[in-house]
Amino acid sequence: MRARELGIGVAIVVVFGLTTLNNHAFAQIASIQQLLSGAALIALLGVGETLVLVTNNVDLSVGSIVGLSAYIVGDLFKHNQGMPVVAGFIVAIVVGAVIGAINGLVTTVARVPSLVVTLAMLYIVRGLDGLLVNGTTIDPGSIPKAFTAVGYQTLFGIPWLAIIVAVVVAGAGYAMRSFRASRDLYAIGSNPDAAALAGIPAERRVFTAFLISGALAGLGGALFLALHAQIDVSGGTGYELTVIAACVVGGVAIFGGSGTVLGAALGAVLLNTINQALVASRVSSFWNEAIAGALLLTAIAFDRWLSLRVARSLQSAKGAHRAL
Amino acid sequence: MIRDVSKSFGAVMAVQGVSFPLYAGEAHALLGENGAGKSTLVKILAGVYGADGGGLLIDGEPVAFKGPAASRAAGVSVIYQEPTLFPDLSVAENIFMGRQPLRVGRRIDRAAMNREATDVFKRLGVELDPARVARGLSVADQQIVEIAKALSFNARVLVMDEPTAALTNVEVDRLFEVIRTLRTHGAAVLFISHRLEEAFESCQRVTIMRDGRSIRTAPIEEVTIDDVIRSMVGHDLDNLFPKTVIEPGEVVLEVEHLTRVGVFDDISFNVRRGEIVALAGLVGAGRSEVARAIFGIDKRTSGTVQVHGAELPNGNPLAAMSAGVALVPEDRRQQGLVMDMSIDRNVALASLGRLSRFGLIRRSSERDLATTWAGRLQLKFSRMVDTVSTLSGGNQQKVVLGKWLARKPSLLIIDEPTRGIDVGTKAEVHRILDELVTQGLAVLMISSELPEVLGMADRVLVLREGRITAEFTRAQADEDSVMRAATGQPPAVAA
Repeated sequence: MRARELGIGVAIVVVFGLTTLNNHAFAQIASIQQLLSGAALIALLGVGETLVLVTNNVDLSVGSIVGLSAYIVGDLFKHNQGMPVVAGFIVAIVVGAVIGAINGLVTTVARVPSLVVTLAMLYIVRGLDGLLVNGTTIDPGSIPKAFTAVGYQTLFGIPWLAIIVAVVVAGAGYAMRSFRASRDLYAIGSNPDAAALAGIPAERRVFTAFLISGALAGLGGALFLALHAQIDVSGGTGYELTVIAACVVGGVAIFGGSGTVLGAALGAVLLNTINQALVASRVSSFWNEAIAGALLLTAIAFDRWLSLRVARSLQSAKGAHRAL
Repeated sequence: MIRDVSKSFGAVMAVQGVSFPLYAGEAHALLGENGAGKSTLVKILAGVYGADGGGLLIDGEPVAFKGPAASRAAGVSVIYQEPTLFPDLSVAENIFMGRQPLRVGRRIDRAAMNREATDVFKRLGVELDPARVARGLSVADQQIVEIAKALSFNARVLVMDEPTAALTNVEVDRLFEVIRTLRTHGAAVLFISHRLEEAFESCQRVTIMRDGRSIRTAPIEEVTIDDVIRSMVGHDLDNLFPKTVIEPGEVVLEVEHLTRVGVFDDISFNVRRGEIVALAGLVGAGRSEVARAIFGIDKRTSGTVQVHGAELPNGNPLAAMSAGVALVPEDRRQQGLVMDMSIDRNVALASLGRLSRFGLIRRSSERDLATTWAGRLQLKFSRMVDTVSTLSGGNQQKVVLGKWLARKPSLLIIDEPTRGIDVGTKAEVHRILDELVTQGLAVLMISSELPEVLGMADRVLVLREGRITAEFTRAQADEDSVMRAATGQPPAVAA
């Protein structure tokens, strides 16, 4: 696991270095800041997605939650001049948490596969978003300066956005290692039958994972609004797939049981670095997604190769044992 | 104390009115054939299944376990037959899952957890790195982790379902020592093993189960291994096995030195036209694996498989099928049937090439084929278009049979032909097999049910730990000899 994160770190540095050699502007502060802010949003969603993926579920609704919560918060600011900035964040988190809770309930109580539940939720939330937005746009003028400051202001040169996300990643990363409940998530994804025999309350844990994923996606909506200072019906479209790609590149097993929050966050940074590097190298933007896809395939092929190798070593160990 | 416990799955009574006491400070052996209901009883003790009738008493108090956690809380700790590990988690986490040692702030104390795991391993006298992930552990090491898990509970009742199957002698000796220590500290141990000598070596009392019932409970000094084997097998159900013995014809299947490293070794035998050859042995002896290798689902490491004198290519089920081999797998729900597909389509599934014209399947031929076989197999169904899932287990098995027989095979490999089927349908399946054989089919049958093996087979091959340890003709084979060969006991001295 450590090796995986180190590997991604090296990849980020290599991509960054090569691009800078080619185009010195890439290493400018502003460029790096832009890179970090963009990655931060995906990394934040990646935290929640990791929790869900680890239990061998998936949350496809995160992108639509970003769009909806961003619009609701923007609309509130527009119609309630002087609403405190903090209230905006709270509303965003609550909106996300409610949707996450519904995802979790339907998945655990009705036992519908989460792929189906959250895909349906993606469409429902998008539809709801379309109804609310109704062709309008929230423009920068109606959002308080103190709110958008989160999107553009920096501390010691680091964007606030990135700092907030880094704190969440660090906190979640620590929690995922250190608490029984979070270890239960890994256990559920690793071997559900054994988890049941160990007396783990799987439903409750999976529900909580969806709840947190939704809440973080809601927070992501607020940060999206702060970063872009405007929102229309298309906000956050397609994020769910980018987030899952970031998680998988970051070493989170798509079938559960393993992966870290830090890995997912680094995966987000790597994807965004490559993305920006291609822009800086004036490569056609169509290549962007193709390269992201190729990276994903490489990551999955690597995981598969690794697990096959382990399986083989297990077999020969078994054989050796018989021979004794 | 187990009193009058019953458990059924659908129409199948897995455990019926089982009662026996477990005493503190005593190791109690629970013995019986495969399918006698031992593992079901273990799961009831573990709180995985609720009992349908009867109940458990601890210290004279009735207890009802609502799930594994409740059973554990009551002081019952279980080592399952199949290791139940989390492959992605560390060895120490596997042992302490859900009850990891904590430090300030309810955070997991990893150092303490690894230390405690090491302590348990020391008690077992094994060296295993508690920080490594469980994935990649050998089967024996997995079993050791399971044992360590159970020991770490300091349980009052320790249940071991075949804990020694994958262990080496040294490890087994260690385990027995640990059992002894636990007993002297007042724990009750329930020990299940197919190695009878182990039970006699380490237990003070024995209960024998057969067909879901407890046949006998006695102090170990009062019984002999021969008594036990007799009680385990005891039966009489002749009409269940309509058997016509005919003179076998030419060799259909010739297996020579078949080996798959780590699974089975140097298997040689043949099957002739008009005979049933049974592969007997305990679960895990490698019987199904041999069948899979013959059919080509698994690759063989070395050795040859010939059908009608022509060698089958390695790892190619299609070639085996076109050579006239059919395999009816053990798990019909998973591997034999498409449960949500109609009866006729399931029957036709293996014959689609023959039924189609210009690459399109002719629905009417499908229907005709299915009707023919439904008639021959006396399938009980309401409509051909009903899904297979609506049928009873026995009738599902007939559909699988029909599906393969429709290909007109010359060799039928059938794995556990009557598992989970009621007695009436069992006899019918046997009658069908007998009829097919008299018409010249060659059958390789795998069965864990001794009466079935003895009742239906012309020859019996006994597998033990991946090797053929004995071969009996129909006349030679009896429960005693087969059971002894399967468990590795020396043959009884003729009286």
